[in-house]
Order: sequence, then structure tokens, then C-alpha cells
Amino acid sequence: MTAPLLAVEDLVVDYRLHRKLSLRALKGVSLSVGPGECVGLVGESGSGKSTLGKAVLGLAAVTSGRITFDGTDITHARGAARRRLANDIQVVFQDPYGSLDPTMTIGEVLAEPLVAAGSRNARAVVAEMLDHVRLPADSVHRYPSEFSGGQRQRIAIARALVRRPRLIVCDEPVSALDLTTQATVLDLFLDLQRETGVSYLFVSHDLGVVRRVCHRVSVMYQGEIVESGDARTVTRTPEHPYTQRLLLAAPVADPARQSERRAVWLALRDTA
Amino acid sequence: MTAVPTPLAPLAAVKRISLWRRYLRRPLGVVALAVFAFVVAVAVLAPWLAPFDPNLVDFRITRAAPGGEHLLGGDSAGRDVLSRLLHGARTTLYGAVITCAAGVLLGVPAGVAAGYFGGVTDRVCSWISDALQSVPGMIVLLVVAAGTGQDFTVLMVALGVFLAPGYYRITRARALAVRREPYIDAARVAGVTNPRILRTHMLRAVYAPIVVQTALTAGIAVGMQAGLQFLGIGSASTPSWGQMMNDGFQTMLTQPLILLWPSIALGVTIAALAFIGSTLADLISVRADQPSRRSRGAVRRELSTSSQVPSGVHVHEVCALRVENLRVGYATESGVKEVVRGVSLDAAPGEVLGIVGESGSGKTQTIFAVLDLLPAGGTAVADDIRVAGQAVDKRALGRSIGYVPQEPMSNLDPCYTIEHHLVEPLRHVHGLSKADARARAREVLVRVGITDPDRVLRSYPHQISGGMAQRVLIAGAVAGRPALLVADEPTTALDVTVQAEVLELLRELQQEYGMALVIVTHNFGVVADICDRVVVMKDGRIVETGAVEQIFRQPADLYTAELISASLDDTEGRHELDELARVGGEDETR
Repeated sequence: MTAPLLAVEDLVVDYRLHRKLSLRALKGVSLSVGPGECVGLVGESGSGKSTLGKAVLGLAAVTSGRITFDGTDITHARGAARRRLANDIQVVFQDPYGSLDPTMTIGEVLAEPLVAAGSRNARAVVAEMLDHVRLPADSVHRYPSEFSGGQRQRIAIARALVRRPRLIVCDEPVSALDLTTQATVLDLFLDLQRETGVSYLFVSHDLGVVRRVCHRVSVMYQGEIVESGDARTVTRTPEHPYTQRLLLAAPVADPARQSERRAVWLALRDTA
Repeated sequence: MTAVPTPLAPLAAVKRISLWRRYLRRPLGVVALAVFAFVVAVAVLAPWLAPFDPNLVDFRITRAAPGGEHLLGGDSAGRDVLSRLLHGARTTLYGAVITCAAGVLLGVPAGVAAGYFGGVTDRVCSWISDALQSVPGMIVLLVVAAGTGQDFTVLMVALGVFLAPGYYRITRARALAVRREPYIDAARVAGVTNPRILRTHMLRAVYAPIVVQTALTAGIAVGMQAGLQFLGIGSASTPSWGQMMNDGFQTMLTQPLILLWPSIALGVTIAALAFIGSTLADLISVRADQPSRRSRGAVRRELSTSSQVPSGVHVHEVCALRVENLRVGYATESGVKEVVRGVSLDAAPGEVLGIVGESGSGKTQTIFAVLDLLPAGGTAVADDIRVAGQAVDKRALGRSIGYVPQEPMSNLDPCYTIEHHLVEPLRHVHGLSKADARARAREVLVRVGITDPDRVLRSYPHQISGGMAQRVLIAGAVAGRPALLVADEPTTALDVTVQAEVLELLRELQQEYGMALVIVTHNFGVVADICDRVVVMKDGRIVETGAVEQIFRQPADLYTAELISASLDDTEGRHELDELARVGGEDETR
């Protein structure tokens, strides 16, 4: 068993709503991601799954607990230490519209992390990355508004990859896309992981998506992990009643089976 | 298995028209700009254009009428009015530039910093800005003038300080909005330093409003400056418009022309700046131009002469909804863009019809045309649209058609309570009394599964959850007992658990009230869950219509099959995929 790349231990995050009132978004969560592994984090909105991703990225302040990356404590990394982490940890956000600056060309968007790192051959790397995510090379001169949602998400993935990180936090990266586009973008995630050995912390509310890309899955409910384990088990035969309800709530594209599932879901809902 | 169908669909050839080019299409803006350019040219060339030294006193032309060598005559001290006017333009513009520069240099960095960093920075900067705005500027300027020996440049800088809060406010508001965008988070995660984020993302975002603000500020600066000069502030040896007006004011009743010339110059310059500012503001804020009546007519003609045969079939005799050969088009630079190209469909009372397709297939445009909710620039032409047997007009909305939108939160006005949202339509559309309307609203809220209707009625939209908001909207849509309920991707913005609840609710209500339900979605899981019949759309046409069981069992069109197989229900999981790709072993790293 190799040492995990990312380890989260007993993490607590509070959001301050008012001067006196605060909301505990994470109530002592532990999780690990190994090298080249994809770990899924599933739950409904408000379950704290995105907060965990933000805490790893340094975008949410940690109240207590520890986050270690490759053996180094990064729980409270700030300033220069946090910027150095940009070499290793990157992000792909959900919103393919808001995550690209509309006033920048794709070339500028992709070069930004490289320029921030003081790289000199940014142009060559950008061209290579566009090819990696299967976008035409002339995209560099175009603006985000000229691309469809799926294409923008490819650009966001390319931006996450240009520094050759070891971990990418994917925060609902396909939930804003059409199902057909979603399938191709998921395949891209898989291919890139095989090609580069990058690890993913994959946040999603969709068990189907998670089954497709993740090796292991943790299910979150109200700031706590209620079930974790092998993706096959958790996404097909879950043990925790919440996960079972979550699984049954997603409609399947088969009228006969869906009506059976719905009946089971209704029964489960009424007993819960 | 993971061979990605390369989506190299040709990128839409969107021509990015620069602000400058769009500006040149506005006649009023062009005229204003030309006038202003003329003033600038005169100011720059004044030493060569002016026929006389502006300060040369010639008693023979004291208050002389226009004509001869002195085109605009002489002033009360015997100086050439035209020469003084030309040199005055120089002073005026110099002052305006100094003022705007001071305003930008103080207001913009402070605004960007306050908006981006927030907290203490924001509080301190806002406090200073508010304090500046509460100080009577004119008095301070007079004090400054007295204290600095009437140094014109210092005075204009002081004026700029007083106008800086204008810049501060707009940049701060813009920076506040942009700082919440995910691309700022992405830049921070990418290791971009704060100063660099401020220089790139933030400055780009505030650039356009600053340009607008500068045109307006320059106008204010020119006016204030003339006012100060009118009061006698500034060097007497520098000719200026304000001074000239003061001079003309003394003899206003006998020689009105002396006052008239500088007034015209001042008025025209300020008006030009104001029009430039408002034209720029228009161009920046309004994205889509409101189409003219003529262009709508042209779109309509083009759509009605379209030779395309309608797609889709009619299966019912009695219909809750019947659409015959619907076409929707938008006027663009390169002619009419048709997004719905001949769609015919119908839904019987008590039937659930699904309209399925990817984004851009025209499915939402189709129902927006039925609801008469097409966005600006959209024109719909159809042979017939009937709801419950009657032709659709504005009165049908809320009576025979109920509508459940995609984004629950953005469809509730944050200024009003839920009670207001539900009661107002019942009173105005259905003519219920206030008490009856409230009772009905409460009743439907209970029906849609809200356990504490009184609290919800009192709440504002931000006080309820997204799933609750969707229930409220459904309650509002069915409160008027419509014959047809239209739901546009009603579950896309929701979690799967809430989605299942909403679908269950829609099904129950539809059966209970015997409504026809038309549901627009891209998800075949939703179709399998709730629909009786399906219409599959692609590129504005219907490719297939049929009963749900038949469509799933035997899709006639390849595209339908593709959409169905895109759902991940029965596809291989990660472990199977890894084995297929023979990268086994990796999955046991832990």
C-alpha cells in the first residue's frame, strides 16, 4: 500500500454567516486520494462536498483537522506556500460559463498559470494542451463566448493540466452539460488520467457519473461521510439508507425498470 | 471503449465587433464625437488659428460688434473674442484632462482594491469616499484656490479628488461582482498573485464602465471649471470660457453677444461629452439590440416563405396543445437564423409529452413560442397554435397555460413574499377576492407538499431552499387550474433527490387535475420516468415522435438511440473500463 497523495483527517470547516452565527459545513471528515487514483465525493447540495474541495484548494478556511499533500501539511498554507502548491493541485469548476474570463482569449486563459509560474515556453505548452483536450489549435485567438459548454469545459480542463499537476479537484465538472457531451468529457477525464497519472478528487451529485470515473467513492450527508468504499459496491449495492435513496432517485433510461425503481423509492421515502 | 468522438465541430464564426466599430454605427454618437474632436483640434491648434494675441488690448474694438477683422467682435476690455474663445478651449480641455486623470488615479485603484479584498480595505475606502461626497465641494475648492494662489492645475486636481468617488463607486461595484466569478478562484488556484489578478482580470472588467464614466466626468469637470472661472478664480492672463462669460455677464443687457459665444462653446462641449458618454453606456450595457418593427417584419416574411415541410405528426383529435408548422427565427448580421424549422406536435388532455434534445436543438424555443415568451429579437410564425381548442393569445397565460421554469430561484422576485407571488395572479387573472386568493394559495401549497404553508407564504424567496422554490412555482402554475402545464427542464437545476420529488409531484398533479403536461428535458431518465409520448428534436426539427415504450425499445432514428445510450445507467464502471484498457492493478493502489 503506497502512501496517499492527499490525506484529509478529521476536517472541520465553519462558514460565518453573521457575527455570531456560523454554519458547520464539514463535521470531521477524513478521506485520502492515492497517486493516479480517482476518488468520488457524492451528496446533495448543502452536504458539504464542494466545501471539502474548496478547503483542499485553500479557498475555504479550515477550523480544525489536517490536510496533507505528499506528506506536507497544507492545511493553512497561504501566500507563497499556497502558490507553490499550484504546481501540484489544480481545479475544474462546474460552471463552464463563469470559470473563464470572458475578456481573455483562450490563449491568454491557458497561458495564465504558466506565466504565473514564470514559464518561458508557454505558447508551445498551450498548443500541446489544446491538442490533448482535442480542441483545434486556432482556438488560442478566440474568446470563451465562441465555444459551447462542452468545449469550454475542455478549455477549463486544459487550464488545469498546463502546469502538469499531480491532483485535480473536479467540482461537478460535467453537471452543467448535456448527457451526450457529458459522456465525451468524462471519457476525456479518463484518458488524461491514464496518460498523465494525475489523481482526481471528483465531486458530483450523480452516482452514475461517479461510477464511470471513480475507483473509490465517499458519500456525504449533512457535513459527514456516511458511507465510503469501492465504487462498484457503493454505486450499485450501497448499504447506507441515504445512499440507497440517492441511487434510486436518479431516473434510468428504461420505462419498465424506472417504474419499478420509482415504486421502491416511494416506499423507501414513506418509511424514512 | 474510450475512443472519444472528436468534437471538432467547426467553431461558430462569431465576428467580435470592437466597441469602436459599434460606436461608429450610432449616428448621435458619431456627431457628438465629431464635435468633440473639433473642439480638441481647435484647442491644439489655437496658437496658429487665432488671428490675434488673446490678451492684446485694442481700445478701438471695445465691445465692438462682430465683423471685419474681428469676426466675433471685441470684449469689454478691447480683446478679440474669437482669439480668446480659441485659447479658452485649450484651458478648458487641459483642466478636464487633469481632473479626469486625478479622479481615475485615485478612484479606480481604491475601488478595485476595496471590491477585491473587501473587509477593512473596503470599509476604510468607502468611508473616505462617503466623507468626500458629504463635503460641500465648491466651498473647499474656493478655499483651495485662495490657499494656493489660484494655481489652476492644483485647483483642477482638487476637483478631480471630489469626482473620484464616482470612479470609486462603479469600480468597487464591478470588482465585487467579478470577484465571485469562478475564474478568479481558478486564477488563485493557478498560483496567480493578487497584484497580478488585480492588473489583469479586475482591470479588464472595470475598463468599459471607466471609459463611460470618464466621458461624463469630463463634462462635469468642464462645467465646474467654468463656474469657478466665472467667480473670478484662476489667472487673469489665461483666457478661459468662464472668465469670458463673467465679462459678458456684466454687459448682458446691452451686448448679449459677448456672453453668447462662450456659452455656446461651453454648452456644445458639455453636450458632446454627455452624448459620447450615454452612447458608450448604451453600447456596453445593452447586448442585444431591440429589433425594429421593420426587421421583425422581414424575419416574419422570410420565415413564412420558408419552403421546408413541417416535421412531426398529429395523433390526437382532441388536443390540449396543438402546434402546426412552427418556425422561430432571429435576425442576425448575416440574415435570419432559424432555430425552429417547421415543428408540428400535439398533446391530448391528461397526456404527458416529453420534448427531448440537446442544447441548441430548439426544444426550449418551441415552448417559448407557445408561451409567447421568446427573448427579444425572436419571431415565431406558425400555421396554428391552439391550447384547449382556442388560439393562443396573451390572456391564455395563467388561465389555460401554467408554466414551470428551469431555474426556480431566478423566477421569484426577491422583493416580494411568496404570498404576493401566488396571490396576485389569482386576484388579477382570475378575479378572486384577497381572502379567497389567499385561501387558494394556501391550499395549493399544501397540495404540493409544503407542510407549513403559513410560514412559506410569509417568506421571501431567499429564505426558502431551491427545492421548496420549485414547489412554490409549481403551486403557482397549477393554482389557476390550467388545461396545459408546460415545464422547461424543471429538474435540471436540482439535486437527484429533489428531482425525484418534483417529478413525482408533477405526475400526481397531472393525474389529479387531468392536465396535459409538456416537459422539456435532455435527460432520457426523466422521459422514462414520467412521459407517455416523446418528441425528439435536433437542429430545430423533429426527428422522431412516438410512445415512450416504442421509442426506448426501438428508436427509429440513430440520433434518438445516441441520446438514450448517453445515460450512464448500464455503462461500464471505472473498474471495468480500466480492465478493458488493460491498466489493471491501478485500482488497488490502496
